[in-house]
Amino acid sequence: MTEEPKKIKRPRGTARLIPGKCIACGARCESECPKDAITMNEKGEPIIDLELCTRCRRCIKVCPVDAIEIFYTPEEQKILDELAAQKAAAKPEPEPEVKEKDTRLEKIKEYKGVWVFIEHTEGKPAEVSWELLGVGADLAKTRGVELCSVCIGDKVEHLCKEAFAYGAGKVYLVDDPVFHYYRTESYYKAFCYLVEKYKPEIVLIGATGLGRDLAGAIATKLKTGLTADCTGLAIDDEGFLLQTRPAFGGNIMATILTEFTRPQMSTVRPHVMALPEKDTTRTGEIVREAVPVREEDIAAKVLEIIEDKKMDSVDVAAADILVSGGRGMCNTENYSILQELADELGGVVSCSRAAVEAGWMPLERQVGQTGKTVRPKIYIACGISGAIQHLVGMQDSDVIIAINRDKQAPIFEVATFGIVGDLFQVIPAITNYVRELKAKKAGAAA
Amino acid sequence: MLVVACVKQVPDTTQVKVDPVTGTLIREGVPFIMNPYDTHALEESLRLKDKYGFRVAVISMGPPTAEVTLRKTQALGADEAILLSDRAFGGADTLATSMVLAEAVRKLAEKEELAIIMCGRQTIDGDTAQVGPGIASRLGCSQLTLVDRIEEVDVKNKQVKVRRKLEGRHEIVVAPLPAMIAVLREINNPRYPTVPMRLMAEDADIALWDNKEMNIDEQTIGLKGSATQVRKIFSPERTKGQILGDETDKPEDVARSLIDKMKEKDLLSL
Repeated sequence: MTEEPKKIKRPRGTARLIPGKCIACGARCESECPKDAITMNEKGEPIIDLELCTRCRRCIKVCPVDAIEIFYTPEEQKILDELAAQKAAAKPEPEPEVKEKDTRLEKIKEYKGVWVFIEHTEGKPAEVSWELLGVGADLAKTRGVELCSVCIGDKVEHLCKEAFAYGAGKVYLVDDPVFHYYRTESYYKAFCYLVEKYKPEIVLIGATGLGRDLAGAIATKLKTGLTADCTGLAIDDEGFLLQTRPAFGGNIMATILTEFTRPQMSTVRPHVMALPEKDTTRTGEIVREAVPVREEDIAAKVLEIIEDKKMDSVDVAAADILVSGGRGMCNTENYSILQELADELGGVVSCSRAAVEAGWMPLERQVGQTGKTVRPKIYIACGISGAIQHLVGMQDSDVIIAINRDKQAPIFEVATFGIVGDLFQVIPAITNYVRELKAKKAGAAA
Repeated sequence: MLVVACVKQVPDTTQVKVDPVTGTLIREGVPFIMNPYDTHALEESLRLKDKYGFRVAVISMGPPTAEVTLRKTQALGADEAILLSDRAFGGADTLATSMVLAEAVRKLAEKEELAIIMCGRQTIDGDTAQVGPGIASRLGCSQLTLVDRIEEVDVKNKQVKVRRKLEGRHEIVVAPLPAMIAVLREINNPRYPTVPMRLMAEDADIALWDNKEMNIDEQTIGLKGSATQVRKIFSPERTKGQILGDETDKPEDVARSLIDKMKEKDLLSL
């Protein structure tokens, strides 16, 4: 009598949350669960009802931080191992991989090319546009497609030449008095018209006030994905645009992609990407477009432009050397020691949010998430603890020097050189030493 | 006429810390608050109520626990508060979020003439500033972002005049109603609730609209209606630098070693 191999029931395991991993992303798992087996607790973490759970693993797939797993007890694991051994011993059955043909993916293949929006104020370009041409060129090269610019305005043809100099191969030019001032309605209609006609796969826009206003309107109209404030852009093996951005107030980074719709849209803040080399000998093709946007159709009117009084003409985002002060400066007067050092080094004084909130420094000088993003050659952080909101605004600086009394301060984690000490002693000492060296050099020259 | 203020309950991201060992977020003890930008949107809505007699309805998409935030808006003087909550709304990106909010506005506007949709500039957890424009675009109404002053609402001619803050300048724009206005924090100082109002708000009705009530195509909301997908989440890489000196060192010596190091690396030409 031959013994039938005993049929072992495959253990199903238990779906469970891995402690400490959930980031309360916004109930993706709850939304994805086909059996409504997941409810969220007050902290925004899933509670899985095992009576209802069918172990379909959809929640596991959708979780961005791999916080849910199927857990097997040691006994169950033993059975699984046994089953695996049996299977290996038996003739391996070829598993036919049925990949559903996704019509959505077919449709997006029509979209080709990388576009960069040229932002300008009545013809004066915003430098972020040229920075985006730099990263746009890399993306276009990887994808093997054209790098194009979109220029919308009134008498703005001169911007095309500059776009070529910074790397664009083609500029779609929409030049008409109706576009004299930026207005959401006229600009987004023109932009959407061009996208629908030429179908680009990637659209990059500066994350300025104007750029965010425009990008949000375009993406919603086109029903496509838009990722704000990207700090990294790359192409993955399948040709998708990987958009990396700070999330949760900059505490973590998220890589986001737009899978099924086109174009893939991103905004990038000024000074996050490096300005590419300008080559005025480069030329390209200008494609003139007349778009069906007429003045009488645009209801919003710009009545008046009020230029801000130049209270503070210093642009901290443009400086090569920044001497930055935070809460540790204690008052406005103390900033004079930073100014002295900045003067000796040929730099500019900036500050953290704490200094603005205390009323010691003007908002224009603030570096960080709610202030400016900077990437100077040297950033000297004085009495700045380094809250994540500050770090995201300056961590791309070439060299970071941190001076702080608290050796636990997070600023030391991004610093190239750190000095634990009293800034009121250390900074004047640095200034004096710089002066000494300069005097020596002057003496040697004489 | 009606003003709809959009608010979001968010974790206070300034209090979130990252575990230095595991790199995961420490959310324990982090309070949920009304998005700070939205407190200014609500305040501006209430000022329009005071000035023009508009009715203020507040909407918020979120989990059932977001009711706490909506109750606060009632204590401040909002006339109506509606929580948009359904598991089908979960996992939404900005595109899918704007769908639910726009549909809620549309539903409110069926019963009452809509003047303004008021939003904060952005949220502190998402930081996108995309939902306001998304709502405007979906409803086809005027889109006015970066507003730091509402000059006038002209009820008779159905238009609004605002001041927008741009780089290095301001502009005065006039646009037809209804308009979506996204306000900057400079626009006002939010009021505090009075004790009687707070007590009143404790018993106030917070309406709950789920998708049975709203009946939106499930393909356009929540995770399914989101055009963006999160591929991965990770902690930012940090390369620890070199500590040149501590408090026991003489400041002059530390200064010297710093500047000499910088010169060595050709970072300073001194």
